[in-house]
Amino acid sequence: MGSPVVSIIGAGVAGLACATELADRGVAVELLERSARLGESACSWMAGGMLAPWCERATTDEIVARLGEPSIDWWRRHYPGTVSQGSLVLTPPRDAADLTRFAARTERYEWIDGDRIAALEPDLAGRFRRALFFPDEAHLEPRKALASLAAGLEARGVPIRFGIGGKPPEAGPGLVVDCRGLAARDELPDLRGVRGEMLVVRTRDVSLSRPVRLLHPRIPLYIVPRGDGVFMIGATMIESEERRAVSVRSAMELLNAAYTLHPAFGEAEIVELGADLRPTFPDNLPCIRRTGRVLHANGLFRHGFLLAPWLARQVADAVLLETRDADIPERRHA
Amino acid sequence: MSSFYGVELKSRLLLGTSRYPSPAVLERAVKASGAEVVTVSLRRESGTGRAGQAFWSLIQSMGVRVLPNTAGCHSVKEAVTTAHMARELFDTPWIKLEVIGEADTLQPDVFGLVEAARILSEEGFEVFPYTTEDLVVAERLVEAGCRVLMPWGAPIGSARGLNNVYGLRSMRAHFPEIPLVVDAGLGVPSHAAAAMELGYDAVLLNTAVAEAGDPVEMARAFALGVEAGRAAYLARPMEPRDMAVPSTPVIGKAALGD
Repeated sequence: MGSPVVSIIGAGVAGLACATELADRGVAVELLERSARLGESACSWMAGGMLAPWCERATTDEIVARLGEPSIDWWRRHYPGTVSQGSLVLTPPRDAADLTRFAARTERYEWIDGDRIAALEPDLAGRFRRALFFPDEAHLEPRKALASLAAGLEARGVPIRFGIGGKPPEAGPGLVVDCRGLAARDELPDLRGVRGEMLVVRTRDVSLSRPVRLLHPRIPLYIVPRGDGVFMIGATMIESEERRAVSVRSAMELLNAAYTLHPAFGEAEIVELGADLRPTFPDNLPCIRRTGRVLHANGLFRHGFLLAPWLARQVADAVLLETRDADIPERRHA
Repeated sequence: MSSFYGVELKSRLLLGTSRYPSPAVLERAVKASGAEVVTVSLRRESGTGRAGQAFWSLIQSMGVRVLPNTAGCHSVKEAVTTAHMARELFDTPWIKLEVIGEADTLQPDVFGLVEAARILSEEGFEVFPYTTEDLVVAERLVEAGCRVLMPWGAPIGSARGLNNVYGLRSMRAHFPEIPLVVDAGLGVPSHAAAAMELGYDAVLLNTAVAEAGDPVEMARAFALGVEAGRAAYLARPMEPRDMAVPSTPVIGKAALGD
């Protein structure tokens, strides 16, 4: 490719998806990342990786489901490791009403009984009587998915320049897409951080084929299988911008959820405990804003993987509109 | 008009701020509810207490009075520390005092509650205690310095309405001068109306609005429920009776058919 037309700042899920979508459409891009390695300062590194528009629908704006639905296909096309096994929502029998509440707020699910739960997830046999099954949902391993996008870009000659970031004016002379997440606060004052905490454990004693959400009146949590006996457990949502390590209470809640789902998690090894801040606008929805030659694409909140493809399509549309008259005909029809 | 530590409120609906789909929806719900007071929880995990500032400044920009709460505190010490943090952050002597005694029902630990209320009242806080309908506990809270009492309708977030109408009615009769607020457990506007019909001064709710399919519309509905209940109370409802009382006399009505 020739000299880049568009510089993208930030190689988290937003920046990587934007770069991929633009490259797909034949636009020459470069990607700048302030940290030295992929994922080092990206909150998507800590994500759950659920592509669960209808589960999310139960607790967020319905627009999240609408914008997120096409993402499942986008990821299947761009990351072969995407797992399309649906997802499961459970409660302990005592909190059964929460399952009904959850169901009333969303769609695209089936009520299933204990036998069906056992058929889907043999290790949960006999442990739960009712569940909601969302057959159309999917999940992925965020770190592998990010690495796969990065590798795909490199294979197409898109440079990812690590150790270079900073504010948009320092970037190249062409159009700039600012995907810095919370670091873009200097230019997006209404951006706030919403803290999330996660836990990774390893055990050979339990196996799951799909993400399981455990509803709880106060501490709703999910467990996502990452393969090879590794499970990610998330995620708290705290209106806090503190970057300190996971608190004992949060760790207890996360561990307790795993233990409730299956006591064998009690013997699992703790691999990682982490916390980060999700960049969020006041309506908890992503958006794209324009200042001069900079497009700010931000605010993915807890829907990084679910909504990054939508964000990327919007950015690509805007960039193509912008560069329609520019001197890059070979890219336009590539 | 009821006075909450000298503050007179036009709206008798107090709204919690957690569990909304987004701060933007919360803001629209607060507007639709007409609430002049919102409660804000300070999770103790915030540590330094400064960390939630972005969210809190969003709330402060709504132009309503903030009633910080000690939600999630399980001990006197925790609650007192959280109250100190709240006073510093929100620059208000008001504190909604919750000392949780039981994790599954979130039932208040009334012993700890009374103790924390005493400590905080002595320090100059204006305490809004989340309590049960127990009259003896209520007496102790008043002795401790509380000038508002907030008995539960039902466990927090349960949407069950008024579990013990008799107890709530006794409490109203027992404390004619203390502003009483039904706090927690309401699910639909008729529950709020029922509390107001008992002569309660206000209701405080959160989940019923935040987790409704359309929180903004539900906020408006609750405002109507509260207003209806209050108006009904002031209009002095008729007493129920066992037999029918025809609104049109039947004896002596014109004989038809000849």
